[in-house]
Amino acid sequence: MRYETERTGRRGHPDSTTDALARGLGVFSIALGLVEVVAARSLTRALGMQGNETLVRLYGLREIAKGVGILASNDPMPWMWGRVAGDALDLATLATGLEGDNPKRDNVMLALASVAGVTALDIYCAQTLSRESPTPLPPMRDYSDRSGLPRPPKAMRGAARDFEAPRDFRTPEALRPWTSSRPDGAGREQPA
Amino acid sequence: MKALVWHKPSDIRCEEVPDPKIEHPRDAIIRVTTCAICGSDLHLYNGYMPGMVNGDVVGHEFMGEVMEVGPEAKGALKVGDRIVVPFTIFCGECEQCRRGNFSVCETTNRNREVAAKAFGRTTAGLFGYTHLTGGYQGGQAEYVRVPFADKTHIKVPKSGLTDEQVLFLGDIFPTGWQAAVQCDIEPTDTVAIWGAGPVGQMAIRSAVLLGAKQVVAIDRVPERLDMARAGGAVTINFEEESVIERLDDLTSGKGPEKCIDCVGLEAHITSHVDSMYDRVKQAVMAESDRPHVLREMIYVCRPAGTISVPGVYGGLVDKIPFGASMNKGLTWRMGQTHVNRWTDDLLRRIEEGQIDPSFVITHTQPLERGPEMYQTFRDKQDGCIKVVLKP
Repeated sequence: MRYETERTGRRGHPDSTTDALARGLGVFSIALGLVEVVAARSLTRALGMQGNETLVRLYGLREIAKGVGILASNDPMPWMWGRVAGDALDLATLATGLEGDNPKRDNVMLALASVAGVTALDIYCAQTLSRESPTPLPPMRDYSDRSGLPRPPKAMRGAARDFEAPRDFRTPEALRPWTSSRPDGAGREQPA
Repeated sequence: MKALVWHKPSDIRCEEVPDPKIEHPRDAIIRVTTCAICGSDLHLYNGYMPGMVNGDVVGHEFMGEVMEVGPEAKGALKVGDRIVVPFTIFCGECEQCRRGNFSVCETTNRNREVAAKAFGRTTAGLFGYTHLTGGYQGGQAEYVRVPFADKTHIKVPKSGLTDEQVLFLGDIFPTGWQAAVQCDIEPTDTVAIWGAGPVGQMAIRSAVLLGAKQVVAIDRVPERLDMARAGGAVTINFEEESVIERLDDLTSGKGPEKCIDCVGLEAHITSHVDSMYDRVKQAVMAESDRPHVLREMIYVCRPAGTISVPGVYGGLVDKIPFGASMNKGLTWRMGQTHVNRWTDDLLRRIEEGQIDPSFVITHTQPLERGPEMYQTFRDKQDGCIKVVLKP
């Protein structure tokens, strides 16, 4: 669990949005890992990268481990950076599928785009978590009793009406309302 | 003596500097008992005001005990007097002073020619606030030379008031008060105040005391909004809701009659297009100030309303919708505060218990911790709203 920092508007609250995103990515990580472990042969065939089944299964185990790490830890931040590193490895491996005359080149391009999208999400999530505090900030100071007035503000409203604004600080006569709103009724009359 | 010395942006240090001396018959030397960091000091700290020189002593909110009096100030002050020093230095004799326009005194800025080049005409000398305003040493120090001391002081009566209760007569209280007075508040008025820092807090209380129907405070810092509510304001957190929509809701779609800018040139950078535009222009030195608040006030203010600007601006602003301002017939009032014009009245209100300005103090520290308190105040850490320093 990470907390928003002093610089953020909510300061010190658990950041449930980023936390939820991290956990969502954890679930995704486990799901992707299971697919890689169980259907490694189908995946390599679809990508025209046969012969890499063992590597894909190892990547799958890595994904599962990171997903479990994200979901089980109190602080998902290091695991999220681990996902970013794994994404880089995935992108590099997929890029080898573009070499030569791979007939499934289009599928590889599609997979690269998908992994790039997830990478962007992982980086955003990891960066946000890194900026936040791992411990709650001290509670906000309470200034609700700092009125500076001897009675509630409502009772003090107009207490300085005895103050007479200097002539050069008054609203120009031409801009004053025709009908005075002053309670004493002073001011100009409505023209006939 | 010890003093807070400006070296470069974000570099203020507590150092030993030479003691001040009487330089003119109208001078006095005071031993500072309490001083404060003002929001406008942050413009120096952040490097947005031109004219600072490495080695300048900063600070323009201070008070203390008179230690030495020049021969021409003896009629007005004596050793042992307890005084608050207004941040504007004034002679009391020039044409502007005779009109009560002390912040544009024609005499006290000893760098008048430079000021006239920047502003067209000179303004008054200020303590610890650039060489454009005279290059006078400031009051975040153990001792200060007060020029034109026979006029530039507010005598504290022997009525048991604490330093904390009267210190802000030197700047933020009269500044918030003048901002509200400039609005010539009617009992039917909604007064919207941008910025709930120290001056904003004083403007809120002033508008309440002067009888505004409704006071609205706009900020983003929860503690500041909390303190604004305590003073009687309805609050808008501009990071959580639309300022314009909420002000429309609060004024039956007509807008506030009176708008006060207590933010100035360093408006927070938001996701608004104009705000980002200002930041980019500022970064490439094509604009000195960020006037987002001015634009928002012009847009939202009720036609024939008043805009009051106590917030400090330093130079050039861009993309001001002046057509809207002209066509809506808005009245503009602005300027540095004519402090002593208001202080007799405000001191009486403090003595009578109508207001206790010390409510705004959130941090009190020794002078030596001034540099780190600048950072705490700038970054709004630890619920910091107003820092008081004890030399």
